[in-house]
Amino acid sequence: MNDVMGIINLSESEEQIKDLTLGRSLGALHIFGRYRIIDFQLSNMVNSGLSNVAIFTYGKSHSIMLHVGSGKHWGLDRKRDGLYIFYPEVNSEDNIRRLGDLENYRNHLDYLQNSTQKYVLLSRSYMLCNIDYKDVVQHHRNSGSDVTIVYKTIEKSYDRFPNCDTLSLDDQNRVIGIGKNLGKEERYNVSMEMYVMKRERLIKIIESAIQRGDARFLKEAIFQRLPELKVSAYRFNGYLSCIQTINNYFETNMELLNTQLCEELFNKHGPIYTKVMDAPSTYYSEDSYVSNSLVANGCIIEGKVENSIIHRDVRIKKGAVVRNSILLPYVTVSEATNLNYVILDKHATITPRKMLFGDQSNPFVIKKNMVL
Amino acid sequence: MKMQKKEIVAMILAGGQGSRLREITDKIAKPAVPFGGKFRIIDFTLSNCSNSEIDTVGILTQYQPLELNSHIGIGSSWDLDRNFGGVKILPPYFDKEGGRFYMGTANAIFENMNFIDAYNPNYVLILSGDHIYKMDYQKMLDTHKEKNADLTISVIEVPWDEASRFGLLSADETDMIYEFQEKPDEPKSNLASMGIYIFSWPVLRACLIEDHYSEDSSSDFGKDIIPKMVEGHHKVYAYRFSGYWRDVGTVESLWESNMDLLGLDNELNLHDKSWRNYSVNPISPPQYISPFGRVEGSIVNEGCVIEGHVIKSVISTDVHVGRNSVVQNTIVMPNTNIEDDVQIDYAIILSDITVKSGTVVKGTRDHIAVYPSEGGENHE
Repeated sequence: MNDVMGIINLSESEEQIKDLTLGRSLGALHIFGRYRIIDFQLSNMVNSGLSNVAIFTYGKSHSIMLHVGSGKHWGLDRKRDGLYIFYPEVNSEDNIRRLGDLENYRNHLDYLQNSTQKYVLLSRSYMLCNIDYKDVVQHHRNSGSDVTIVYKTIEKSYDRFPNCDTLSLDDQNRVIGIGKNLGKEERYNVSMEMYVMKRERLIKIIESAIQRGDARFLKEAIFQRLPELKVSAYRFNGYLSCIQTINNYFETNMELLNTQLCEELFNKHGPIYTKVMDAPSTYYSEDSYVSNSLVANGCIIEGKVENSIIHRDVRIKKGAVVRNSILLPYVTVSEATNLNYVILDKHATITPRKMLFGDQSNPFVIKKNMVL
Repeated sequence: MKMQKKEIVAMILAGGQGSRLREITDKIAKPAVPFGGKFRIIDFTLSNCSNSEIDTVGILTQYQPLELNSHIGIGSSWDLDRNFGGVKILPPYFDKEGGRFYMGTANAIFENMNFIDAYNPNYVLILSGDHIYKMDYQKMLDTHKEKNADLTISVIEVPWDEASRFGLLSADETDMIYEFQEKPDEPKSNLASMGIYIFSWPVLRACLIEDHYSEDSSSDFGKDIIPKMVEGHHKVYAYRFSGYWRDVGTVESLWESNMDLLGLDNELNLHDKSWRNYSVNPISPPQYISPFGRVEGSIVNEGCVIEGHVIKSVISTDVHVGRNSVVQNTIVMPNTNIEDDVQIDYAIILSDITVKSGTVVKGTRDHIAVYPSEGGENHE
């Protein structure tokens, strides 16, 4: 796999999850107690043997920067290749929405040109899965295609992949059309937005799209060249979740309260790495009651916690009740409070004797640093 | 010639076997014994160095060093991977006069004089790799400099009835030490030596050479070097430390010190962010407490799956506790699988093992069971 390089493209739509991405990009959002969303893609790539990985950032990139640092925690602080981070020359979200992400690739085309790998793997951060890219690349080599797109066949769950790209395939698994999921079909092939192609091919696509001016987004440029290219599809059968809306974020966290799913997502083709924080073990007091919950290190729990995801360094005081909720790092829940279906963002504080109830289809979000 | 310099170099004595820890140290050195859910004993000393901004550390290893060596690596977990300085592992070695093991604590330092000389330090800090405490060594160094001492020994007040278990120091009102007693029957003082010494390097260097050539010496700091310096014309001062400090030399003291962490206002306060205790962090998911699991008055580390009942216990990384199992007053070391229907009370369960369904391990407050143990005592 040393002839494959990886790119994680963070120009992602954050409209439906914006309450949680006010000060961070989607890739830097905390998930499952101790991870950030981008950890899954970084780990998948590293576990598949990639050692040249680039992150193309957009907008609020400092949280990604602080998280990934030199790439050390993923073994990407290398002398040969390693981790690269690229920023758009004009780093404002509005511009990116208007101008597209092709401009960013064009500005950093020399990185693509100077890399030595034969193939490139493009991906996003928000498609959460534990995937073995070795198999994807092998499939691509064997198929003789110009481009391979990874997909999963979904049955009857529109809400989990709203507005995602869908693939129409012929009987040879060749992509004959790319559409959008409007939720009208029972069964569809959702694109996981992971593309494998030759590095030379990617450079050509970028250059020709800019020359012709027929696309603003890289994805758009690939789709428009569908008639000219042989595009095939690789079917993924494992657990997949798309974190693009608050509801999906909530559902996905809750789904992981299941040891089998945990084992698959956190371990199947290799472990998920993240930045380590040196928090001590979590303390459960004698009065605490914790059931069906994922809890990270560094917490002090004296209250009652059920069906919840508790991130690092959270404090839940005596007499507090937390059910069906997600608590991000450094949250404090004071005495005699009652929370149900709530997402508390980082550093939020709930003062004594408060009751907050959201519901399953509409969890209540308390923004970062809020004191309530 | 380019000559760089360090003000102080720390030397950690980590070669001891710790035979009073029974089966726990069969395969690992005492400093590598897991502690407090996510740490190993030596993490406390290494974190103290790092937090005290002492960035040059030699670790003297001898007994079963493999696990200790791989834990320390290049020291990056403690920010001790430095361009100049950093952490170095110093095992016994061969030279043209032959090879030999370290014959005593002072001999271990004598054999590594070239390591210390390479940094041309003013001071050398001698530490043990098997104590549990948080301490700012810079404050001790400040006192050493203020008093213009040759040797400063960190001391702690111990209860008079326990004093005879320690090396005791008698100090005058200026903290100048005038008498040293090693584990005496009739203690004259209750100031116990914590095995933490700051020497001015030229003085120690001369003492080590003198000791090396004296025939009746056992080359031990506590038995030879320090008594000689106290009796002689050297300026030896005490540095008074107060706070949590434990020598975890026995199974019972190791158990007790772990249990000290089970409380909201325990003295060690590992949740203090201004003095983090560092370790090698595991790559494991968060802990999962299942609908059948109950955890009370315990600490649990990442990677654990708790489906049974855990009471007043310390559960280390990647431990599984099965359904209907009851674990109380117990330390479970990393990566151990406790199957369903197991009962454990007052015990230390070693790492990387499976405790089969139906097993009962029962110790008492005064005799903590170690499982598995060679004789098969204390369990059915």
